[in-house]
Amino acid sequence: MAEPTLPLTAAAAGAYPGARRPDRRRTVDSAGVAIAVAEWGDPDAPVLLCAHGGFDFAETLNVFAPMLADAGWRVVSWDQRGHGDSAHTHLYSWEADQRDAAAVIASLPPAPMPFLGHSKGGSLVMHLANALPHRVAALVNLDGLPSGRAMTDVSEHERTRMLRREMSAWLDHRHTLVGKQRKPGTIEELAERRGRMNPRLDPAWLQYLVTVGATEAPDGWRWKIDPTLRMGGFGPWRPEWSMLRLPGIGVPVMGVLGLDLEYMGWGTRPEDVVPYLPPGARFEELEGVGHFVHIEQPRRVADLVLDFLDGALPAVARP
Amino acid sequence: MSTFTLRHNRVELAVHRLSDGADDVRRPLLLLHGLGERTPSQVPVRQLSGFVWPGPVLGLDFTGHGASTVPVGGGYTSEILVGDVDTVLRETGPVTILGRGLGAYVGLLAAAARPELVRGVVLTDGPGLVGGGTHPGSPLLPVPAPGGVVPPDPFALLELARDVRPPDYAQTYARYAVEGSDLDDPVWVSCVVRPEWVAAISGEPGVARGSVAEGLARYAAVD
Repeated sequence: MAEPTLPLTAAAAGAYPGARRPDRRRTVDSAGVAIAVAEWGDPDAPVLLCAHGGFDFAETLNVFAPMLADAGWRVVSWDQRGHGDSAHTHLYSWEADQRDAAAVIASLPPAPMPFLGHSKGGSLVMHLANALPHRVAALVNLDGLPSGRAMTDVSEHERTRMLRREMSAWLDHRHTLVGKQRKPGTIEELAERRGRMNPRLDPAWLQYLVTVGATEAPDGWRWKIDPTLRMGGFGPWRPEWSMLRLPGIGVPVMGVLGLDLEYMGWGTRPEDVVPYLPPGARFEELEGVGHFVHIEQPRRVADLVLDFLDGALPAVARP
Repeated sequence: MSTFTLRHNRVELAVHRLSDGADDVRRPLLLLHGLGERTPSQVPVRQLSGFVWPGPVLGLDFTGHGASTVPVGGGYTSEILVGDVDTVLRETGPVTILGRGLGAYVGLLAAAARPELVRGVVLTDGPGLVGGGTHPGSPLLPVPAPGGVVPPDPFALLELARDVRPPDYAQTYARYAVEGSDLDDPVWVSCVVRPEWVAAISGEPGVARGSVAEGLARYAAVD
């Protein structure tokens, strides 16, 4: 099992406009799995918990999170198992991701806190809000509301409509994993590869991400993400099971949907979401924005989040 | 009994050869144990209802069970255990599967994924047959009490006992198994207990019902 590493070099700090690496890093033990936690802002401020999407990592929040921290929040995120600086594990599953998140939450002060998540992270915090209602004060879901369409970034997760050839391909892939490593390359090459999944994002941002999300060896840079992780997969899960977690959430909810469809997005349309919103929920549709709403338009989305939390939480629970 | 190991990603899988059979070039019978179990130390005559399989009898210890690796931090699904079975199939070639409980469900999935390599799967009662029902229950995030890494892995027990098994999902697998096989009835249901997923596949064309001995005899008789 790979040892988690927590490099905190300043080499890349400031290499992208507005980007700020975490103010603090620490690890949390989740049943033997080392989960890397990243924090921005005053350590004594109220906590705002942020979950990244699949195949992302906490430092993909390096522009967005500081905006929230600068508004007075202690922003806490973590690298999901196999992602970023968290340990590479034997197994990956939705339930394991939830358990790891619960371990991070257990390391935080007991006061209920806002949960925010993007994409897979949005769905993750929606489930956590149900499983840990005593820990959540408000819920923000950034383009992580599942519809009947694909959830591209949820690795080893499940698809309802699964063809036998996909199953065979998945099993064939399993046979290639022993000793597998990410392909090395230059910063430009890794950014270009990631750009195929994130075609709307600034190439300079993607290059910056390499410097914080990859490690450099003599033969080049490699993304830190576990090379055995693969998008897609198969299993019994169906999107409505996640959506059915939404109506019963008892804390203020805001859903944000980027309306421009793209490869890594889930293809969810407003009409998929609206029937499931709990009473009083706020729903924001962003025209001209893709799946990575908080990276494409960090200021706009941060302002939406801050405005929502100002209205949703009592003064004592916010900065 | 002899044991060999196979690698599935970061897991070392233990595969036990319980018998060479009367004819060791015949297709093996692969035993898949129930949840929390392990491969028995000798051919389980009662489980085979006294039927004597003509070829070798093998048993796989699933991830987190028996002599196979106990993973750190859980993350089990039935689908990942299909990967365990597929790792064995890659080594052995065609087999017939006799699955107990969890092993019956995983055996069905494996028969669907590799119908050319699974020459009949017999589903029998055992731990983990029911799984977690047809849809997710109320959310909870249980963590097993720390107890070391002695198999069976508590995470396996916890997670696979809650593994959701929608009837139409199992039906899809049964259809794939039938469509991909040249056997008339590549799935054989011998379970007395009929959770929804078993009930759903029992009426499918190509899914036979009968005793374990009848099922094994049926598959032993085909190439």
